[in-house]
Amino acid sequence: MSEIVNMPMAKALNAGLRAALAADEKVLLMGEDIGPLGGVFRITEGLQAEFGPRRVQDTPLAESGIVGTAIGLAMRGYRPVCEIQFDGFIYPAFDQIVSQLAKQTNRHGGTLSMPVVIRVPYGGHIGAVEHHQESPEAYFAHTAGLRVVSPSTPNDAYWMIQEAIQSNDPVLFFEPKSRYWPKGEVNLTESQLGLHQSRVAREGTDVTLIGHGAMVSTLLQAAEVAAGEGISAEVVDLRSISPIDYGPLLDSARKTGRVVVAQEAPENASVGSEIAATLAEKAFYSLEAPVLRVSGFDTPFPAAKLEGLYLPDADRVLDAVDRALAY
Amino acid sequence: MTLHTEQAPEPVRFLSADGTFAPTPAAEPFLARLDSLTDAHHERFYRDMVSVRAFDREATNLQRQGEMALFPPSEGQEGAQVGSAHAARPQDHIFPSYREHVVGMIRGVDPVNILSLMRGVTLGGWDPTDPKNGNFHLYTLVLGSQTLHATGYAMGQLFDGASGTGNVETDEATIVYFGDGSTSEGDVSEALVFAASHQTPQVFFLQNNQWAISVPVSVQSRTPLYLRGAGFGLPSVQIDGNDVLASYAVTSQFLDEARVGQGPRFIEAMTYRMGAHTTSDDPTKYRTNEERAEWGQRDPIVRFEAYLRARGASESLFTSAAEDAKDLCADVRARTLALEAPDFPTMFEHVYSEEHPRMREQSDWLTRYEASMTEDNR
Repeated sequence: MSEIVNMPMAKALNAGLRAALAADEKVLLMGEDIGPLGGVFRITEGLQAEFGPRRVQDTPLAESGIVGTAIGLAMRGYRPVCEIQFDGFIYPAFDQIVSQLAKQTNRHGGTLSMPVVIRVPYGGHIGAVEHHQESPEAYFAHTAGLRVVSPSTPNDAYWMIQEAIQSNDPVLFFEPKSRYWPKGEVNLTESQLGLHQSRVAREGTDVTLIGHGAMVSTLLQAAEVAAGEGISAEVVDLRSISPIDYGPLLDSARKTGRVVVAQEAPENASVGSEIAATLAEKAFYSLEAPVLRVSGFDTPFPAAKLEGLYLPDADRVLDAVDRALAY
Repeated sequence: MTLHTEQAPEPVRFLSADGTFAPTPAAEPFLARLDSLTDAHHERFYRDMVSVRAFDREATNLQRQGEMALFPPSEGQEGAQVGSAHAARPQDHIFPSYREHVVGMIRGVDPVNILSLMRGVTLGGWDPTDPKNGNFHLYTLVLGSQTLHATGYAMGQLFDGASGTGNVETDEATIVYFGDGSTSEGDVSEALVFAASHQTPQVFFLQNNQWAISVPVSVQSRTPLYLRGAGFGLPSVQIDGNDVLASYAVTSQFLDEARVGQGPRFIEAMTYRMGAHTTSDDPTKYRTNEERAEWGQRDPIVRFEAYLRARGASESLFTSAAEDAKDLCADVRARTLALEAPDFPTMFEHVYSEEHPRMREQSDWLTRYEASMTEDNR
């Protein structure tokens, strides 16, 4: 019998981190304000009290320092899990992530693994000030040597954080912060999917909606509205952004012939663009319409009062669905 | 406006430029470290400095002959590097920048492996996880990045309980090399912050060779750089980097203090890059002959040779050191020329530790594509 518990993603991540800390003494959590405070989003709440200040470390306020020292710790056999406080604060660590962390295994000819996880609360919908609502995942998906994932549900968050920590490769773990608090079912007994598998979140036959992170709930909402209008939409949750598990995407595209890819991130050179190009290459003869993208705009993430216009919502997705069906 | 550089007191120095043993006041606290050095140690220091100078010139020639993409020579910095390398104990870990060829050689790295990186046949060159390479980590070409890796590694030594027991024979420490230009990189400051915060068993070894390619150290800092370390709360000293004994004594004492739990330390070794930054550089565009000649008067090898001769070393040491260096160069040349380009599928190997679909797909594709280009398939 599986043990099923209803909890928000924030608690599921906390439980997943606790399980990882308990399972392997080489697992360390490092980040700004993650100790007594439990992180600004309280994801690590109670963990320092339980595992001590060495296993759950409040670091100096220096993102490059966090990732750079995590690399040294990984060389020593540790499995550091770094928390970057907000999406827009990851850039000071960019060199250490893309030039150092991502390349160590390759430069060492495979004799050294880099089991480092970098947790990044990301995305909008929280009405915050600048640098606090961004979606920078494409930068990292573009870099060889990194794995990039993003859960959309509490269940995935619980299992994927543990699987990311078990991975011997560096994993950028993007947490959709707007989804931290809605509750969902978590199967504490077994994981149904691997870290890099995509998932059909809702079956349908007329159009395929693809997204990751917080966008999955928007797509499900759009699919529900579409159903009321007699349109059967299939929703595919990417879960993994690098590598992308194209099997379920291609199966769905070949079945429906119409695809909309949605993302909070700006459109130019984005993950959605990559998916659109790949589906066009590999499912060309099955497509009835071009793959359409629904994205944030190619502007800075706007002032919070305008974020509702910037972020794709169900209406923007449905507008794209209408256009796809009109071909 | 002029740049003001606060003068440091006399650095730690045992050997004057002419080779006479004349410790400066700053050297007194480190004097006892020389007691354990035997004639055999002195000979080894000398041979290593002579070897790497010859290696340096051979490698530069190989680059000039089109056999390597690039080479960063270390001529002039042999004293700082040989002394500090011999100060490290076998259990210590060493994070170089990219000019510490002799440090690698002393730790057991085959010099041809260093040149394999410069020849463009690998992105690494040697396996730091193999004990035969003496815990000498890979070169890091982005300036200063390695200081954070070293600090993280030293944090691991600390967390493991591998340092701080008080036993200098077994407690571990880490030493990281970087240069005057790197001190302006944010990562170096962050490494000092983390090291001070955790009190890591670690020595920061700064070789101040006066020039960051074409920019003099006065543009990087208005204060002597050893004060940077002090500003982060690390015991910090400036040494004459062209005195191999000063480099040995201070590094040895600082590493032992760090390993037994007294926290990180900082050394600024004053030295001079006699050659170009790399073979792509032209120092005649930014330095004067006078300056170079002045530093030539303080050469680490000439100085140490005068000291050894005054101590009565036999002539055979000097002739055999020169012969051995020549043999090393011949061997390095022959084996470097034999380094072939790796097979192309290796490009896709070890990008990840675990299976990755894109690596497999792209490797397969390139294999088919290359096969389609062969004579039979045209």
